[in-house]
Amino acid sequence: MTARAIPCSDAVSQLWDYLDKVLSPEDQALVEGHLAFCRRCCGELEFAKELRSFLASNVADEIPTDVKDRLERFVEEL
Amino acid sequence: MERSVGEITVDSEAERKAAFEALAREQLPSLYSLARRLTNDGAEDLVQECLLKAYRSFGALRSAEAGPAWIRQILVNGFRDRLRKEARSVEEVGVEEIDDFSLYRTIADEDPFPYSDTLHGDFLEAFGHEDVRAVLMRMPEIYRAPLVLRYMEGFATKEIARMMDTPLGTTLARLHRGRKLFEREMWVYAEQAGLLEVKEAR
Repeated sequence: MTARAIPCSDAVSQLWDYLDKVLSPEDQALVEGHLAFCRRCCGELEFAKELRSFLASNVADEIPTDVKDRLERFVEEL
Repeated sequence: MERSVGEITVDSEAERKAAFEALAREQLPSLYSLARRLTNDGAEDLVQECLLKAYRSFGALRSAEAGPAWIRQILVNGFRDRLRKEARSVEEVGVEEIDDFSLYRTIADEDPFPYSDTLHGDFLEAFGHEDVRAVLMRMPEIYRAPLVLRYMEGFATKEIARMMDTPLGTTLARLHRGRKLFEREMWVYAEQAGLLEVKEAR
């Protein structure tokens, strides 16, 4: 198989799927091939990683005491 | 009579109830947080509904270890049913409308913090907890839910497709658009809420 290049727009639109590893092996390789020579898309990739960890580290909403009390009572009364 | 359910061994109704109560109590904070991320309002209702359904089908739970994931799935199922019933947010967002948007490029081009060496990181840091929630709540539910479930709650795409009862292809497409929408809304929100100005003034 000969290596086929993809444009930046294709690479960028597939970055998150690339990070999620849900692309087909061929598409995974095409994105990887593109990233090997495209500096701008590497910037996009780094930012995609940052944004992913930003989302993952978003602190959970704390449950207010009154809500917690009500829900616990609800469970007890089931 | 003793009934063995995987690792959970229950020999009476009272013990079954106690086992359920322990699971529910332990999971209340994470269930509430998940519900708040999924819905704009009615998080408490969603949790109640989930607890009721979970209690009724507690016998189907195969192992105590699977409890936390199992009960969260029940909550997501309830959310999906609610969406269907209300028939809200079914409008699909056109791909062409948002596909060209790149938050990375927008930040670089607009250069909101001219003296920063870590422009993109600074942009993300400007967002507090409530800001992130505000951005999420601006998105239609069908795009918000997969994004929340995948990137904040850590579910696999296949699991999301199953819980939301949508084909995998649709789930992936919504996830893609959800990310794009989230990025665009982050930018719009940052401008509107003055997150960029505060930094500029310093």
